[in-house]
Amino acid sequence: MKNLDSVFAAYIVGWGVFFVFYLTIAKRTSNLRAELDRLKNSLPRAK
Amino acid sequence: MSKRIILGAVAILLVIASAYAAFFIAPEERTMGVIQRIFYFHVASAWAGFTAFFLCFIGNLLYVWKRAQKYDWLAVSGAEVGLAFTTVVLITGPIWAHPVWGIWWTWDARLTSTFVLWLLYVSYLLLRTLVEEPDRRALLSSLFGIFAFIDVPLVFGAIRWWRTQHPQPVIAGGQGSGLEPTMKAVFFFSAFAMHVFMAFLVTERYALEKMQTETDFLAREVEAQ
Repeated sequence: MKNLDSVFAAYIVGWGVFFVFYLTIAKRTSNLRAELDRLKNSLPRAK
Repeated sequence: MSKRIILGAVAILLVIASAYAAFFIAPEERTMGVIQRIFYFHVASAWAGFTAFFLCFIGNLLYVWKRAQKYDWLAVSGAEVGLAFTTVVLITGPIWAHPVWGIWWTWDARLTSTFVLWLLYVSYLLLRTLVEEPDRRALLSSLFGIFAFIDVPLVFGAIRWWRTQHPQPVIAGGQGSGLEPTMKAVFFFSAFAMHVFMAFLVTERYALEKMQTETDFLAREVEAQ
């Protein structure tokens, strides 16, 4: 079928963009959670 | 299981089903052939992106009115997710255009206004990185976001108001436009699936922004002690 490779390319690149975007959210969430835990642990010590 | 995980699972199942419908249920378009199947992904992503920008716009308006942080979280979430969807639109469009038009890109009203939309929301997110003070950042970006949203109806109307290289609308395009019934059903299912996926991403991004605010608050408290 003519142009089937272009159709696959569009779907793969498009979903790739969404996947990378979701990974950035997951990574930022994981880093923040670690930072939040660190701050929560240091708070009683400061008191 | 948390609601966010359930929403994510439902979104993934829906987008897989919509891809299956686009490839195996929708009939092949007579003049363009198989390349037209990009339509179900490209246009559904564009609609979901518009909705995300609309959420940003609502968040911006409510922030200016009520000055509550949760509206700023909604606005930035909508902007970032809308930008991801518009990026997909700007990538899949040229992949579809090249075999059909013989060119990747042309500066017609629809394509140019979509590119300007992408630039406006990149600027919105850049502006947020330039202002340190949270209330000032939220207010300035809200005012800019309200201005940026003006381009959304321009993108929507570009193929209705001006002659463009981009095809005329097949949904809500007036007399002489329209889709074959199975194509129409597959398209609306794809648009629904992309909206659920968009809602999942906005929910995740909103949770991140909320956590960022909590972390900043706690950091200030620790610093003060």
